[in-house]
Amino acid sequence: MRIMIPTPLRQYADKKDAVEVKAGTVGEALSGLTARHPELRKHLYTDDGRLRAFVNVYLNDEDIRYLGKEQTPVNEGDTLSIVPSIAGGSLIS
Amino acid sequence: MRQAAANYQITDLPDYQMCFMATITQRAPATLSNDEILRYSRHLIMPEVGMDGQTRLKAAKVLCIGAGGLGSPLALYLAAAGVGTLGVVDFDVVDFTNLQRQIIHSTADVGRKKLDSAAEKIKAINPYVQVRPFETRLTSANALELFRQFDIVVDGTDNFPTRYLVNDACVLTGKPNVYGSIFRFEGQVSVFATEEGPCYRCLYPEPPPPGLVPSCAEGGVLGILPGLVGVMQATEAIKLILGKGEPLIGRLLLVDALGMKFRELKLRKNPDCPVCGPHRTITQLIDYNEFCGIRGEEKPVAESNLPEITVEELNRRQDAGEDIFVLDVREPHEYQICNLRGYLIPLGDLAKRVHELDSSREIVAHCKMGGRSAKAVDFLRQAGFAKVKNLKGGILAWADRVDPTMPKY
Repeated sequence: MRIMIPTPLRQYADKKDAVEVKAGTVGEALSGLTARHPELRKHLYTDDGRLRAFVNVYLNDEDIRYLGKEQTPVNEGDTLSIVPSIAGGSLIS
Repeated sequence: MRQAAANYQITDLPDYQMCFMATITQRAPATLSNDEILRYSRHLIMPEVGMDGQTRLKAAKVLCIGAGGLGSPLALYLAAAGVGTLGVVDFDVVDFTNLQRQIIHSTADVGRKKLDSAAEKIKAINPYVQVRPFETRLTSANALELFRQFDIVVDGTDNFPTRYLVNDACVLTGKPNVYGSIFRFEGQVSVFATEEGPCYRCLYPEPPPPGLVPSCAEGGVLGILPGLVGVMQATEAIKLILGKGEPLIGRLLLVDALGMKFRELKLRKNPDCPVCGPHRTITQLIDYNEFCGIRGEEKPVAESNLPEITVEELNRRQDAGEDIFVLDVREPHEYQICNLRGYLIPLGDLAKRVHELDSSREIVAHCKMGGRSAKAVDFLRQAGFAKVKNLKGGILAWADRVDPTMPKY
């Protein structure tokens, strides 16, 4: 399956915008991703191993929080999108 | 269902629109002069707008937070479209780095208040618009009172504290929040805080800690992107006022300008949302800088414990012929703009390229302003480099105080 890497996190994934992994669940897919790009780990997970609150993961167009979270089964043709909160503006205004 | 949305009559409107549409239509009905009819003729001959829609636009009051990258196209198009009252909140001054994207301001406006410059351009494009300038920082103390005077709030500030403040204040006052955000060449657009739709906190309950996101100065933005995203925000605001089409409620639109790809994700109202859920815990505005960790744990570590050197001292010691290894931790494209002939290892590559450095030599690390190099110095000290210092203020300080011929960016 395909995992889409958002712009702010590409610097921790060898600048790639997408990574192909083989996985049976969302959790396995993300483990496959962080095994290949270990630096991504601290950006996706808290120290106690939970997905961070400002990182949302979508299986196709559905938020995994409303599916089976990390246990959600995935198929080969699915796309997993990591969608972090972004802010391009200055802190002044 | 989606196709049917385009044919909504006022009476068919879903609740979210009925409630604030009612506010607009309850006002003394707006009328159009012959000059206005001519001006808006391309709207009036469309059944989706017509006289009914155009008078509704004229009766509408939209508040734009910020007159910057997103606020520029937003305010210009809302003004051109005939939104009757346009509030603008800003307290910033136009500078040269704004001009690459903030098209409401001109080169001649550098140094002027953004509010004055924006009000002038709005009036020039459409003198029938009533501009209500608010020269203030949007805060927890003034947001609710301000929002209550408007029908729709459009957030053009694109920073975390203001975004959570705008979201919560919109939920508390029942005003739709037209949201847009940009990073480099990627954007997000949605409509939050309507009666039945999700709010920004449903999507992201908490902001990222400051250290985990690149700052805007490190991030950069493609100049046309705020144009693209700001115009989409303006489109959503106008659709909400007209009650036509299908607003981006419960949908997050992702824009990738580089690949020119648009994707849509489904958003749901989070039953555990602290501000709009049934068991809400946030019932008044809070301190959003504290919430976003702006005074958080990162800064003191980076700034207080690390050895520093000023640009004047570095210059003096280099002139005296001392052996100092200058390490530049910026990106290669920044090095091309200006440099101190330092050895370039971008911060992100430092861990795997640390063996290229000689720990016995005195090293001065620098970046643009000192933030990234502070992280580099911290990392190198932990890696056993005893003689490493951070260049205070970065290459910008060098350009300001040592070499005025150096370009600043």
